[in-house]
Amino acid sequence: MHQLIISAAAEGDVNPLVPNGWEMLVVFVGFAILFFIAVKYVVPMFEKTFAERAEAIEGGIAKAEKAQAEASAALEEYKQQLTDARTEANRIREEARAEGAQILADLKEKAAAESARITAQAHAQIESERQAAVVSLRSEVGTLATTLAGRIVGESLDDDARAARVVDRFLADLESQNAGAAK
Amino acid sequence: MHLPAILPWGAAEGFSKQMLLVLLSVVFIAVFFVLAARKQQLVPGKLQFAGEAAYGFVRNGIAKDIIGGRDFIKYVPLLFSLFFFILVNNIYGAIPVFQLPTFSHVGGAYVLAGLVYVTWIAIGLKKNGLRYFKLATVPSGVPWYILPIVIPIEIISNFVVRPVTHSLRLFATMLAGHLIVMIAGSGIEYLIMQENVLLKGTSVLVLAGAIAMYMLEALIMVLQAYVFTLLTAIYIEGALHADSH
Repeated sequence: MHQLIISAAAEGDVNPLVPNGWEMLVVFVGFAILFFIAVKYVVPMFEKTFAERAEAIEGGIAKAEKAQAEASAALEEYKQQLTDARTEANRIREEARAEGAQILADLKEKAAAESARITAQAHAQIESERQAAVVSLRSEVGTLATTLAGRIVGESLDDDARAARVVDRFLADLESQNAGAAK
Repeated sequence: MHLPAILPWGAAEGFSKQMLLVLLSVVFIAVFFVLAARKQQLVPGKLQFAGEAAYGFVRNGIAKDIIGGRDFIKYVPLLFSLFFFILVNNIYGAIPVFQLPTFSHVGGAYVLAGLVYVTWIAIGLKKNGLRYFKLATVPSGVPWYILPIVIPIEIISNFVVRPVTHSLRLFATMLAGHLIVMIAGSGIEYLIMQENVLLKGTSVLVLAGAIAMYMLEALIMVLQAYVFTLLTAIYIEGALHADSH
């Protein structure tokens, strides 16, 4: 160590600010090699990894956003379909109600007509039967009355035209009396 | 404590230890980063993570923060190479077998500072044309009567002093640190050789001081690599945006 200090002292004329050319060359070459490696390999490789990583993260976010948008679109569609279905159901229900009411009204009308027809028919039948009864009654009552009167009077009025006229007149009076009573 | 091969700024001829260390540093840096970057996994392993953290420190902490903009990436290779080249070459001084910060030999510092000097002037000229020299030396908003004083100062500080301080700052800190550790080492050796036991004992104090200086020196080695690279980034940024300064 003493020797070293002595040797350093002996080289006192060496100025530390004066560079050694060979050392400068070595540093220059070494740095150039390192710079070349950095430009050619290190920086592109790291930048590629960084870019891929950023892309992976951003891609994931984009994918999630897309899925979210799809899900809300599907939800919207389902809601729309549900509303449509409800409207459709309401419409069908209204139609059915209207149709039912229509059918009911038709049936009522038909039943009323039918009953009116039956009633009218019955009236007509009753009327005709009554007419027939009146006709048969009239002839029978006439015969019975003449027979009865003949028996009472003791003479036959059967073949007598006059007797027939008397009976008719009597019946007519009776009818008119009846009609007067009815009024 | 010391390899005998260290002859301070000696070895005027031949292949010196300093040259060997410079070339070795290139190998170390290249191997480490190429290995770390090679796999390119999205989820990095330990080595890749370390590489990315180191690379990202220069890329984001220096290039992006100082230069910024969209094309700061163009200058990342230069800043990256400078930072790790200087860092490894400085750290040599703190590693027992190597024990020589290669920039304690001034040649390397001149070379790097010269490269940076040429680079930022070229960037300024490319960006602004010959007008760049006016932008770099005539500050805007200064009264005309002060300009005769300001312009020479600007010329001297930007184009003359700047590369000198840039290189000497690195060289001087490395040389001084190297000298301090070396002197402390020889001091301890000298004291231990003494016959007097009390005098021999004082070597412990020197040892404690030497260890403290060693720690400080290790810090300065890292710091100077950062400072050199940071200044480079600032010079480049100044050249890029000369018209807004």
